[in-house]
Amino acid sequence: MLEIKNLHASVEGEDEQILKGVNLTINKGEIHAIMGPNGSGKSTLAKVVSGHPEYEITEGEILFEGEDITELDADERAHLGMFLAFQYPIEVPGITNRTLLRESYNTIARENDREELDPLEFDDYLKERLEVIDMKDSFLERSINTGFSGGEKKKNEVFQMAVLNPKLAFMDETDSGLDIDALKIVSDGINKIAGPENAIVLITHYQRLLNYITPDYVHVMMNGKIVKSAGKELALELEDQGYEKLEKEFSLNGEAQ
Amino acid sequence: MSETQALESMIGEEYKYGFSTDIEYEEFPKGINEDIIRELSARKEEPEWMLEFRLKAYRAWTEMEEPDWFNAEYEKPKFDTLQYYSAPKNKPKLDSLDDVDPKIRETYDKLGIPLEEQKALSGVAVDAVFDSVSVFTSFKEKLAEAGVIFCSISEAIKNHPELVKKYMGSVVPARDNFYAALNSAVFSDGSFCYVPKDTICPMELSTYFRINNMNSGQFERTLIIAEDNSHVSYLEGCTAPMYDEHQLHAAVVELVAMDNAEIKYSTIQNWYAGDEDGKGGIYNFVTKRGACRGKNSKISWTQLETGSAVTLKYPSVILQGDGSIGEFYSVAVTTKRQQADTGTKMIHLGKNTKSTIISKGISAGHSNNSYRGEVKIGKGADGARNYSVCDSMLIGQTCGAHTFPYISSQNPTASVEHEASTSRVGEEQIFYLMQRGISEQDAISMIINGFVKEVLKELPLEFATEANALLDVKLEGSVG
Repeated sequence: MLEIKNLHASVEGEDEQILKGVNLTINKGEIHAIMGPNGSGKSTLAKVVSGHPEYEITEGEILFEGEDITELDADERAHLGMFLAFQYPIEVPGITNRTLLRESYNTIARENDREELDPLEFDDYLKERLEVIDMKDSFLERSINTGFSGGEKKKNEVFQMAVLNPKLAFMDETDSGLDIDALKIVSDGINKIAGPENAIVLITHYQRLLNYITPDYVHVMMNGKIVKSAGKELALELEDQGYEKLEKEFSLNGEAQ
Repeated sequence: MSETQALESMIGEEYKYGFSTDIEYEEFPKGINEDIIRELSARKEEPEWMLEFRLKAYRAWTEMEEPDWFNAEYEKPKFDTLQYYSAPKNKPKLDSLDDVDPKIRETYDKLGIPLEEQKALSGVAVDAVFDSVSVFTSFKEKLAEAGVIFCSISEAIKNHPELVKKYMGSVVPARDNFYAALNSAVFSDGSFCYVPKDTICPMELSTYFRINNMNSGQFERTLIIAEDNSHVSYLEGCTAPMYDEHQLHAAVVELVAMDNAEIKYSTIQNWYAGDEDGKGGIYNFVTKRGACRGKNSKISWTQLETGSAVTLKYPSVILQGDGSIGEFYSVAVTTKRQQADTGTKMIHLGKNTKSTIISKGISAGHSNNSYRGEVKIGKGADGARNYSVCDSMLIGQTCGAHTFPYISSQNPTASVEHEASTSRVGEEQIFYLMQRGISEQDAISMIINGFVKEVLKELPLEFATEANALLDVKLEGSVG
């Protein structure tokens, strides 16, 4: 579904590379976890894959379902079925969640020659999807993320994902800032959404999320590269030993700063 | 399209009302002196008291200094070369639409103004002021049935002198300020509305102002009086052709609300704003003030300001009557080189008076957008309350937004609340919406509409759509 080949990227107009040759292949039905210390390039990877205009791809390519998407704008990537759950969801005052989601849903449907939903049909659909994340109706009438608590913002990202039903979702630290109850609800929601036809990439600092969602693969990112990939046991290993050991290993190769 | 390009194409949106109409004008000398005022008054066949009012104002004006405390830089208007009266030669009779010069009608058709019978069904009574004279007032009869007087101020001076004499200058005295004094001396026309006791005005009233003549200033005068237990909603719209020279618009609007009366005054101002380099465009120096004279009366100003090269304008409310309410809802949009210094004054004199100020400024391009507001609580205003919100939104890196709130209270039982915020329509907001599949243009439009929604919902329903469309056009391609 997604193939990232030798991806190099920097902030537009700056020389310093943040991604320094990322390789990653994700297939349908898989859940991946990307872990790594602060500043290793995890969030940048998610943004670059989603088409954030601040970053420039200097080398390499991103293929989505075989198509090179590096030149596509963020909205065009969303139309293909890509989704990013934001680490810091953005507030948009004056526009309700409902309005945004109907616009989004129908725009994506239109672009894919699928039928758009009228407001009443859409309302029924939203109610059904609200159950995924255990949220009340009143949530729909609130302005996008405006005045939401940290936990509500994160839940809202998962809810949007449940509504838009993307093929591939990058979830950037969706677990951070959640108390244990909220973490359970959010994980539960993600598990309900995950299926054989889609793929999910969890970006996280903490192993605790992986107690609730079982990844097929765990990758460790350091200094702009994926330095190690393995099964779910890698997460436990990291929890146990920290990143230090890997960092040492990595610097012995002479590649770390 | 990159964000910067998008920004530029939006700012580059052409002004679609910029055409001018080629008609013959009555000749009138340029410049200003007592003779010119006499001549103006004579052409308008005014009574002696009106001429006296004008001359007194003119003498006051000659002794006044042009103010310069605004947060705006501009070349001062040249008062000696301005034409103070400009009227189309084929002066229309006011009885029938057929008598209006076809060219003027064409102009209003282009502007989409509902002079025609069919549009009349939408229930809007229109007074159209072309340069200096009122061209046509529709629906006069229907309004007359309800007892509402709605006509040009020139007609009111002739037909209702007692009302004009009593109220004109009672809210904005001739010596109030430099531009009000000038207006009082040379005002050419404008609208007059009188709503008698216990009357709900049966329709929205509306005036469209159009400056066509290149060298004329427009000095219109509006006076609205709502007697006890009455209600009226009034909307003005403004456009002008594109000329390289600046044109001056110095209006005075006075509102009087008696016991339990309510006046809702809405403005959609889309005067020509000048070009990319700030050449041309209207100077919009306007004094607007309402007096809540009666108990529990209410005056509410709603404005969508998108045009003009320079706007200096502070629609205000004097809250005299106990329990009276003043409201100010404003969206001011500046792009290109536009400069706006606008806001309101709420003067609380009566007990338990309430005022609400919601101001939203949007600046793009190289424009400068300032909110200036004053809330004053007098000694006797026990229990007075004010709530103010001033939000600014910046689009791009080259514009400015400023807030100048002045608050003074002489009464310890009063409460005044002021909130202000500045935000930038940022890449992050746009990226967030685009990531959800929404195009860049739609994302920008959503963000802006969300920002101003609180104010636009105050506009009469008939005009809310127009306002939204105007905003979209004005800011199209401007964010990025």
